[in-house]
Amino acid sequence: MNDSPMIEVVNLTKRYAGRTALANISFRVARGEIVGLLGDNGAGKSTTMRILSGFLPATSGTARVAGFDVFHEAEEVRRRIGYMPENNPLHNEMRVREYLRFRARLKGLSYKRTRDRVNTVMEQCSLTDVSKRIVGQLSKGYKQRVGLADALVHEPDLIILDEPTIGLDPHQIRAVRQLIKSLAGLHTVLISTHILPEAEMTCNRMMIMLRGRILASDTPENLQQLMASRGQVLAEIAAPANELNACWSEIAEVEQFDVSPSDGAFHRCVLTPRNGCDLRPLIFALVQERGWILRELTRNRHSLEDIYVQVTKPTEEEEG
Amino acid sequence: MQVFFTLTRRELATYFVSITGYVIIAAATFLVGENFVVILRNLGGMPTPMPVTELFFSTQFFWVIVVLAAPVITMRTFALEKYSGTYETLMTTPVSDLQVVAAKFTAGWLFYLIMWLPMIACLYIVQYFARQSGALEPGMMTGMLLGNALVGALFVALGSFASALTNSQMVAAMITLVFGSSLMSLAYVAEQVTVTNTWQSQLLGQFALFSQMQDFARGVIDTRSVVFFTSLAFLFLFLTLRVVESRRWK
Repeated sequence: MNDSPMIEVVNLTKRYAGRTALANISFRVARGEIVGLLGDNGAGKSTTMRILSGFLPATSGTARVAGFDVFHEAEEVRRRIGYMPENNPLHNEMRVREYLRFRARLKGLSYKRTRDRVNTVMEQCSLTDVSKRIVGQLSKGYKQRVGLADALVHEPDLIILDEPTIGLDPHQIRAVRQLIKSLAGLHTVLISTHILPEAEMTCNRMMIMLRGRILASDTPENLQQLMASRGQVLAEIAAPANELNACWSEIAEVEQFDVSPSDGAFHRCVLTPRNGCDLRPLIFALVQERGWILRELTRNRHSLEDIYVQVTKPTEEEEG
Repeated sequence: MQVFFTLTRRELATYFVSITGYVIIAAATFLVGENFVVILRNLGGMPTPMPVTELFFSTQFFWVIVVLAAPVITMRTFALEKYSGTYETLMTTPVSDLQVVAAKFTAGWLFYLIMWLPMIACLYIVQYFARQSGALEPGMMTGMLLGNALVGALFVALGSFASALTNSQMVAAMITLVFGSSLMSLAYVAEQVTVTNTWQSQLLGQFALFSQMQDFARGVIDTRSVVFFTSLAFLFLFLTLRVVESRRWK
């Protein structure tokens, strides 16, 4: 073991004919971290992963895994990573155990270790029941687990999973997430996803990518705080509209407000806070004081799009 | 070495877990059988001083089988893996490009040799029923098998090259077919031309594949032929390796 970070990417650029897939990105991943790459299709997640796995060369810049250059020391790097590509391609004509044994041997495991490790990962991924089934005939959830087992079989330092839960049903998604979580500490994991809650649940750190750039890189908590600061509050209150309007304009913390009639005596108020404070306790206290009736008080849940808008905004201002 | 054997074994096994391998062997056996019938009919008409092994290569059946079987044997080697995406999982394990190319070629080549096994049965029939003790004579058998293996190496290497170029099996098969038949037509021309002293003529003379193969089947092992087939096979394997490596320059 050396002290270099698990992944170190410096000024990495990848251009396909006429299109820039990665624009000068740099990041580091420490050992033992679980990092989520978040972004929509075409954001550059898969390209980053393909370069890290040594499958594609970068146009410029360097990427190192465990201190080894992914291009010049490709074999050393490949020995240390378990990579599951997008869509999880498998040899459909093989049986589960046979496939895992084949992959383990390919990764240079000795005969005895292959047997031990294949048994271990099959248990870890709950594949023991289907060990004799043909891969092509398995359900998508099982196939995905076969892919994961393959990525784990040689106990790699770094596990790279490209969209590991895509196309699975909710139960299978939960199982796969559990599995990924169980890897924490033992391995460094880099997963890509375009589902925000997934990254929130499994990762220590999220990196948001858009059009080949990393826009934000932080813990899910911090990113949420960033989001919450712009969080609008929705309150449904039974009170006269003019009183509500007057009341909101008096409160300094409310930057913007909009009051519209709802059913009965209720009014729907959408409030935007100034400098990121949480308006909810304030509203509750106010309602109590005035003796109004409050039937809903929520802060907007943020979708990935909102985060995009949030994180892309400074760059647009810079460019403008 | 472990990687090479593991890969070769899997590649060879793919021919036999699906129906493709059996269909290729059945088709080749059918054509060999037809060839055998033609030979026997001719033998009934007039006697010939040729040994039976050579008779098998005196008709064009052998070359028809080679030209047709080579694309089908090799078209999947790279193209299918690229198409299905398993190429990515393969190339991200600690294997070298050379190991991959060598393993895929070896598996295709071994399958090619397995495909020809029924022909030995035909020879055995001649020996058993015609009391021709010379039919399975070791010298001629060795020559025939060596010649066949060399022709196979050339065509399988050619097919691997075509397959590495594309991710469509159909395109790979078509390229192999076109290259293979071009080689055949070149051989036809070479057979017709009388070799003179000019280097062009000398070079063309080397492409007289039919008579080279007949020599092998007679038990004559000509070093020039061995070198010719081996170097062409290595040329195509080298080109295949370059194509596989080209992923890194793009």
